[in-house]
Amino acid sequence: MSEQNTVGAISQAIETARDSALQAIKSASDLDALRALGVELNKKESLLNSFKSDMGKLSSVEDKRTIGQLLNAAATLISTAIETRTGEFTELEISNRIARESLDLTELLTQRRRGHSHIVTQATQRLEDVFVGLGFQIAEGPEVETDFNNFEALNMPKSHPARSEFDTMFLEYGEPGSVLLRTHTSPVQIRVMKSWKPPIFAIMPGRVFRRDTPDATHMPVFHQIEGLVVDRGITFAHLAGTIEAFTKAFFGEDFSSRLRPSFFPFTEPSAEFDIRRADGEWIELGGCGMVHPNVLRSGGIDPEEFTGFAFGFGIDRMAKERHKVGDIREMYTNDLRFLRQF
Amino acid sequence: MKILNSWLNDFGVFGTNVEKLSTAMTSLGLAVESVTQVDTPIKGVVVAKVLRTERHPDAAKVHRVYVDAGDGKELHVWCGAFNMKLGDLIPLATLGTTMPDGRLITPRGILGIESHGMLCSGIELGLTTNADGILILPKDLKLGKDVFSALDIKSDCVFDLDVTRNRPDCNGYLGVARDLGANLRIKIAAPMGDKVKKGAARTIKVTIADKKRCARYNMTVMSGVVVGDSPNWIARRLTNCGMRPINNVVDASNMVMLELNQPTHAFDAEKINNGFKIRCARSGETLVTLDGQTRALETTDLLICDGKDNPIGLAGVMGGAATEISGQTQTVALETAWFEGSGIARTATRLGLRSEASMRFERGVDPHGIDHAVSRFAFLLRESCPNLVVHSGASDVKEKTLPAKQRVVALRVAQVNRVLGTKLTTKDISVILTRIGFATKSVSGAKTPSLKIGVPSWRPDCESEIDLVEEVARHYGYDQLGKVVPQSTMHGRLSPLQQRRRDLRGVVLSMGLSEAMPNPFLAPGDLTKTGLTENNAILLANPLVFEESILRTSLRPGLLKAIGYNISHRTANILLFELGHVYPSGTADSVDGLPDEYESLCLVAVGETSALALDWWSQLSSVMNFGAQLDQGSVEPGFHPKRSATLRRGKQILGCVGEIDPRVLAKNQINATVACLELNLSVLLSETPRVANAKPVSRFPRSDFDLAFAVPNSQTAGAVMKALRQAGGVELVVLELFDVYRGAGLADDSRGLTFRLCLQASDRTLTDAEVTTIRQRCLDAAAKLDARLRD
Repeated sequence: MSEQNTVGAISQAIETARDSALQAIKSASDLDALRALGVELNKKESLLNSFKSDMGKLSSVEDKRTIGQLLNAAATLISTAIETRTGEFTELEISNRIARESLDLTELLTQRRRGHSHIVTQATQRLEDVFVGLGFQIAEGPEVETDFNNFEALNMPKSHPARSEFDTMFLEYGEPGSVLLRTHTSPVQIRVMKSWKPPIFAIMPGRVFRRDTPDATHMPVFHQIEGLVVDRGITFAHLAGTIEAFTKAFFGEDFSSRLRPSFFPFTEPSAEFDIRRADGEWIELGGCGMVHPNVLRSGGIDPEEFTGFAFGFGIDRMAKERHKVGDIREMYTNDLRFLRQF
Repeated sequence: MKILNSWLNDFGVFGTNVEKLSTAMTSLGLAVESVTQVDTPIKGVVVAKVLRTERHPDAAKVHRVYVDAGDGKELHVWCGAFNMKLGDLIPLATLGTTMPDGRLITPRGILGIESHGMLCSGIELGLTTNADGILILPKDLKLGKDVFSALDIKSDCVFDLDVTRNRPDCNGYLGVARDLGANLRIKIAAPMGDKVKKGAARTIKVTIADKKRCARYNMTVMSGVVVGDSPNWIARRLTNCGMRPINNVVDASNMVMLELNQPTHAFDAEKINNGFKIRCARSGETLVTLDGQTRALETTDLLICDGKDNPIGLAGVMGGAATEISGQTQTVALETAWFEGSGIARTATRLGLRSEASMRFERGVDPHGIDHAVSRFAFLLRESCPNLVVHSGASDVKEKTLPAKQRVVALRVAQVNRVLGTKLTTKDISVILTRIGFATKSVSGAKTPSLKIGVPSWRPDCESEIDLVEEVARHYGYDQLGKVVPQSTMHGRLSPLQQRRRDLRGVVLSMGLSEAMPNPFLAPGDLTKTGLTENNAILLANPLVFEESILRTSLRPGLLKAIGYNISHRTANILLFELGHVYPSGTADSVDGLPDEYESLCLVAVGETSALALDWWSQLSSVMNFGAQLDQGSVEPGFHPKRSATLRRGKQILGCVGEIDPRVLAKNQINATVACLELNLSVLLSETPRVANAKPVSRFPRSDFDLAFAVPNSQTAGAVMKALRQAGGVELVVLELFDVYRGAGLADDSRGLTFRLCLQASDRTLTDAEVTTIRQRCLDAAAKLDARLRD
């Protein structure tokens, strides 16, 4: 056999072996078969590799190069084919797995619930946040109070006729008539004045008690928030300005406020404050006024040096109106079906 | 106080602009609660005369009335009222009339017989409050004439004012008119009428024994009285102001009260025995009041007595039956007095007899308006008694205790401006206060400009400088005082405690619990039912109801009630919490003499066990950065004794975690377990957690291993853990109990506890020998607690 023929024959054989390998790769049934095939093709005894030993029989460098190149090209083609085919199988396997893993998520949507804050708490926190933004801090006090802090210090001595309007609940504790459930958050004013020094910018939210038979708009236990500002140079205009700023911050820019004269023993001049909705309707909100000099004195503050104002209103009603609760008693049934709405 | 527009116009030219008047009154602090249209004429109602009446055999409840409506023709009307007599004038709503309730009068008949209109009652026409029977009109009206114009009734309106406690003067038209006149710059004068004929002297002697309680007593005798109906205009005014016309004497008294805020009382002069004496009751005394009731008197009750010292009336509250005027009364003895307010209030409240009169004495009447009131009464009574004579020689006892006609209060101009933020001058202030009848005088030579204000006797509320500042503000106008937002020099924020409370709430909500707000008042027995003592509970002195007469000492009773309520409504997943105050009575030496009130947090879940309660505690304690030991040795009463633990930190008790005692559940009819965590927040919230300093994280490898022990039940897992932690030392960086096993392969009185331990040093890789040593230390420590390594 001439050497020329031999090269030609080897080349021919390599191409045939290559094509049959490629064909086998193409027709491999799955990843395992492909892997086995890969192993087979890589074996020393494999057909293509056997040509490497044949190369030694060739004497011409040129022939060796020709065959070498041919073998390399075949090997590259085969390994690329295996790689591609492997990719295809992997891809197929993943997409099969994805199809197998199909899930109906609506089966899994459980009724895992978050807890619900009481609407009175929600309203209180909203109010607190607005006043904190206006530079106020929050003061607290006990719900069981002395007659002194609840009345006397607030310019309502023992015989004061206005006391009868508070429907006070007294406790069998200490001297008869000396300890009571606070009828308003105002005793906290006295506590704040005694323990803080002016300037005071404080709000006092909390629970209060009146001896009132419950009905659709009244509860014997309810919540108020009160504000107190004491500093040098505080005037009635500051009171009106604060009420206006609060009204816009809490209810919205299209709300406005007005003060009209009223009477409370602990403030003078006293006022009721109304807010006006965007539709023009006035709603009574609460009471306010300049802190009465006697009350400042009760708090250990010299009324000749400092002036102050105070304001207060009910929180329950705000929550009731905001959520359109028909009957305020509904808010205190502790019925989860009610609580979970908000 | 009801203010009738037309009546107000007797005091000044206020006009009928309802909007303007309402706005002005509201701006003065006389809040207009409502405005009601009254006396609105109804077109088509005419004066008719009853010609004859006739029964129909088939109609039992109605009869046939034949009337003449002015044209001489006989009209037939069906009518259900039988109070008219032949010849009576009555109002006939003619066919086509629309009544105020919207009804159209049609010939719709009964038994096929048509009705030519409808006869009207007073209430149907809005003229009286009387719904019984047809309104009988005065005899002198012209037949066929429009009833409203015949009675001279014009459309009017009533302002219902909410008069504040500090404005007694505004419980009368005169006070309202004064304020309104000043505001609208309208000149006002109280209506008086012509002087009534003076008669010969008739004096009834008056003695005041209690000069503090009664400082003025005027007793004027008037004769020529014929008791009967008031003239129509008086009856109409009273009706429109919400008072029922009674007779001309009582009505005149009520008119004076409404106009001048001065109650009066008319005695039958013939029934008065030897004069009057005003004194306080003696214990054991009784009096039969006008309403026929026998009243037991107390020594604080002020009495009107006759000259023989017999009680004949409760001063300022109610007259006595014996001296009451009657249809036969011809001479009245009119009492017009000034009584001290709080005493009247006490008696009226105790006897449940608060009336228009007692309310006015209580708030304060003008002690110097009495003469005016007497004259006005006489004028009004003469409207129906033309022969009325006012006898001279009236008794009018004035004591030194009588408030002065003018009280002087000093007012500094600077004080006005300091409080109101105004720049008013002495003159501005003078002008404002003069308008409402205050006398003003500049103080000469004072260091700062100031005024001496003469406060009139009808304004008992203005006692000090700040009261006058308010008067200036009211009449200057609240809306003229400006709106300035003060610059807070504090920085607004939640205190650390308040921030921690909000954080706490956030975690509780995230764990799925909803917030309840049970009643803090408990029924007797509620605490016992919860396993708690009632010994430290405070009672309400005046509870609304017996079932709400005890202050809670724990949040648990309220939450158990809420659970019961929700179970009864078949609600699933009952998870509730409350954050609120509890009020145990505490010790006598507590601050302020107040109970040991504190803030508490309680979480409950129905159908859950201690495992959940502990999980809550783990989450809360990690957020609050607040650890505690579980002490199962002592458990809060009301908790399950074997499935709960007290949370302790040193001597402090933070609360209790576990389950509700099955006995408590049974008493509360709760048929499921209830997991519960109760915390005293006064400890938990008040502590500010330390700021943690960063420690470098170890860069060396970690050795992990598990230890599975068989541990006797008498030994707690916590104790084993504690022993392991001590034995492990600083290198033990993780210690977890990750499995608890009971069953085969273990003694009955023990269980398997498997711990995961991770050892790591911060500065080196631990050698195998070191790991082995530490592991052995741990095993030895466990062995001391009878925890044996399982095979």
